[in-house]
This record gives sequence, C-alpha cells and structure tokens, in this order.
Amino acid sequence: MNNRECINDNCAFCCTKLENFGVSIGGNVLLYDVNLHIHCGELTGIIGPNGAGKTTLLKAIVGELPYSGNMSFLDGRGLRTGHPLIGYVPQKLDFGSGVPASVLDFCTACISNVPVWLVHSPGNRRRVWESLARVQAEHLIDRRISELSGGELQRVLLACALNPVPNLLLLDEPVAGVDPRGLKLFYDMVSDLRREHDLSIIMVSHDHQMIAQYADRIVLLNKTVLAEGTPAEVFHNRSFVNLFGRQWNGVYHGQEAATAIHHPEP
Amino acid sequence: MIEVWYTLVDSIFPFSWVEFDFMKNALLAVLLVSPIFGFLGTIVVNNNMAFFSDAIGHAALTGIAIGVVLGLGDPLWAMLIFAAVLAIGITWTRHKTGASVDTVIGVFFSTTVALGVVILSRGGGFNRYSNYLIGDLLSISPQELTLLAFALLVVLLFWGLFFNRLFLTSINQAVARSRGVNVYVVEMLFSVLLAMFVTISIQWIGILIINALLILPAASARNLAVNMRSYHFLAVVISIVAGLAGLFLSYHWGTATGATIVLCIFVLYLGTIAWKTVSSRWNKYGSRTDRIKSSPDHKAG
Repeated sequence: MNNRECINDNCAFCCTKLENFGVSIGGNVLLYDVNLHIHCGELTGIIGPNGAGKTTLLKAIVGELPYSGNMSFLDGRGLRTGHPLIGYVPQKLDFGSGVPASVLDFCTACISNVPVWLVHSPGNRRRVWESLARVQAEHLIDRRISELSGGELQRVLLACALNPVPNLLLLDEPVAGVDPRGLKLFYDMVSDLRREHDLSIIMVSHDHQMIAQYADRIVLLNKTVLAEGTPAEVFHNRSFVNLFGRQWNGVYHGQEAATAIHHPEP
Repeated sequence: MIEVWYTLVDSIFPFSWVEFDFMKNALLAVLLVSPIFGFLGTIVVNNNMAFFSDAIGHAALTGIAIGVVLGLGDPLWAMLIFAAVLAIGITWTRHKTGASVDTVIGVFFSTTVALGVVILSRGGGFNRYSNYLIGDLLSISPQELTLLAFALLVVLLFWGLFFNRLFLTSINQAVARSRGVNVYVVEMLFSVLLAMFVTISIQWIGILIINALLILPAASARNLAVNMRSYHFLAVVISIVAGLAGLFLSYHWGTATGATIVLCIFVLYLGTIAWKTVSSRWNKYGSRTDRIKSSPDHKAG
C-alpha cells in the first residue's frame, strides 16, 4: 500500500484509536484509561514527567507489552482494518558496548531473512544504502553500531523504521546523548516525513521547546491522559502547570492558526 | 562411511598421533564440535547467556540421576528432556518477569546440581559418574560421530533460517516485534537448541569446562570482529584451531582433551586482546583525524 498517494481524508489507516487502553505488569498499573485518536499526517507529541508511562505506551502499541482495552486502526471511511505496518525507533538499543554488528548487519536483518553472518546481497546493500541516504546517514553503513554517537544511532534507527514506509511511526526520543544540532536535524526530518508520506507519527519527547515547534498535537501523559490538544492548549493547561511548575511561553507549531481557532480563556 | 574418513586422514596427516582409530575419531569430533560451539557462542555472548548455558551444563547431572532412577542404560534421553524442560522454564520466567533472571538461574542451578549429586552419590557410588565432569573425547564412537554431524547440520540450518530474527531480538526486542518477529518463539527455540547441544556434548567435553568452549571463541572473536560475518568467521576459526592444537597437545601430554582445548583457546583469547591493544594504539592518531573528516554532523548542516 502506498501512503504517498494518500490524501488526508482518504488514507488507508487514517486513524489509530486507543479506547480504555491500559497496561499493568505484575499488579503495577503503568497506564490506565487512555483514550486517544491519532490522525494520519499528524505528528502527535507525548510529554509527561519521568515514569509517566510514555515508553510503555509505545511498547504496548508495538506489541512488546500486553495491554487491556481496545486498539483499532480505522481507514478514511471509518472502517476497521487489520494491523498496520508499524515503524519503531527505540530510545536505545539493548546490547553491550562490544557487539560486533555493523549498521548494514542491523538494517539488513530488519528487511531480509538472508542470514547476515553469511552474505550481504548487493540488492539488500543498495536498499539499506538508499534508506540511510534518506536520513543523511549513508556514510555510516559499514560502521559498528556500538561506536555510533547518539544522534547517528537515532538516524540509523529511523532509517530502518522507514524501510518500508510504515503506516504508523513510533519515536522514542533519547533522554540524553544527542547534541542540539542533531536533535534539530532529527525533528526536521520527522516533520518532512509526515508531509511527504502522510504518516501518523507518535513521538515521545523530553524537549518541550522542540516538540512545541514541531508537533500538531500534544498529549500530556501521567499514567493516563491529563490533557490533549494543540501545543498552545496543552502548555497552558492547568495540569501542565501543576506538573512542571510553570506555563510554557515558547514558540508553537502553527501558532497563529492555533490562537485564531482557539480563543484562550481568560 | 567412517572408513572413507580413516583413509582420508592417513593420506592427509602422515603423523604418528593419528595412526590410531580413536585419534582419527577424535579428530573428526573436534572438526564437528568446534564449528557448533563457535556458532552458538556468538549469540550466547551477545545475549549475555553465559550463566544460562553453564546452568544447563550442570543440570546434566540431574538428567543423569533421573536416568539412573528410571533405570535407563544410557541416560542421554533423560538428560536431553531434563535440559529442554529447564531451558523452557528459564526462558519462560525471563519473559514473565521481564527482569534479569540471574538469581532465578542461580537458585535452580545449585538446586539441580545438589539433587543430581544426592541421587548419584546414594551408596557412595558417585565415582562411576565422575567421567561426566571431565569428559572423554577419545572415547567417541563412529555412531556418536554421526550424531554430531547431524547436530552440526541442524545448527547450520537454524542459523540459515532464523539468524536474522535471533540477531534482531538480541539487539532490541521491541524493534524485532515491530518487524513482525515472534520474539518469544525465537528465544525459546534458541534456548532449547542450545540446551540440546550442550547436553549432547557433555559426555565428551565434561560438565566443568563445556561453557568455556562456548564462550571463549566468541569472546575472542569479539575483540577483533567488525561485523557479523567476521565475528562468525573468527569464532569458528579460533574454535577449530584451538581444538586441533588441544587434541594434539593432550595426546602428547597425556592430559584430558577438553581441558587442553580450553587452555589453547585461552591463549588465543590473550592473543586477540594483545592484537586489539596494539592495533588501537597504532591507529589512534589516524582514526581520530578520520573521524573529524567524516563526521556526519559536519556534513549534515
């Protein structure tokens, strides 16, 4: 299915719907009563304090954690469809520092079953190279993944998540280890991808300034949804002020439009 | 079948130490076992499963004990079934709790060893089973060689069909899931496969050192490898070279073969560390300038 040809209202997976979504592990409630609609072509930013269940939410959507409640994917006409193709960019990888795996090994393992310890077919190498080129990381193809910087690793993971182009892209931003320039580059790329492929993107963010500039919608999460809406709405919400101690007075994505439609309450 | 091998050895190796049939058998055994351990070790080391495989090795004692209690002549089946049950149990626990299972393994580990020793030492007869502790590679029979050849084939087949999924799972489970890999099934298959091979090899390698044969080649290869292909190649080559050297030396010194092989791999391990240290010092200046030149963030701007 080709997302490139999607027009907003006529897309294959136009809405990802979570209803009464919850995750509990061993009697610990990590998330409860989450209700969300993620529209395609939109970048939804998830913010919240540490331990709010942001990463848990992404892992549950991927299928790594068991969940209760409903998750459904609706097409443009509101019909339920099967499981969509999900791209996932984790916060970090789980290996120790010495794993002798190259970027090519990792990316090929994502797209092919031809064993990477034996051969790399020229076709697969080209496909990996092209997907890396899309995020300006093609020069990293033969480097060991354990020696990449935080920003480089993030771009490589993004390249793998976009090959093939998914219906729903889940991004878990690293807490630390990416320099400001790398971060901006990453946000610019993600923002372009959303427009180019009409992707649904859910992005866990720790950087309020960046996410305020790029996200279409913000969800404030702390075990459940405390507030959702445009960046302007959420950053002025009472829950946000309670959690983070102050209002946000930065620059918002589509700021004029947001204030025009939404008249701020006195 | 085995005669072909004997003639082949006679024509290739005109040495006195391979003139006996048991040495020819042992030579073939080393050539079959070494690649198996080289391959399996790569993922065992990647996944930090060293303690797991050690526990499986020691659980062989309980397997033997169960075989004795059931009155089986050859305890291999009892050992295999017990090892599989233990491997499934540990993997299941790891998935259920999500946490590291070192403590869980530790608890099961010592308990199963104790249980095995208690049953086997009943009436003071433990010495009969002490050959399982050290193993005897020279006692391998042509039938058992066929079993090893079959084992190598299974490992190669598994590595051909499942390696990418196994590799992805070891790098990040959630990413593996998002690519449609059934992480649970892949891990379960690998654990059981590993348990089977450790158990099969116990009688020739010995409970005490089998884990070293699994861990050392991959650990050495990691010091030098830059990607999965060189990792596997080096692990298998180191494993085979040390195996042959160990077999030769044990013949001349009159020592236990498995333990001698382990010492040989350890020498190679030290060699890889020395090589890594020297080459990184050698390249330090060169690679630093290189990195500045090819830094992506300079290019990306």
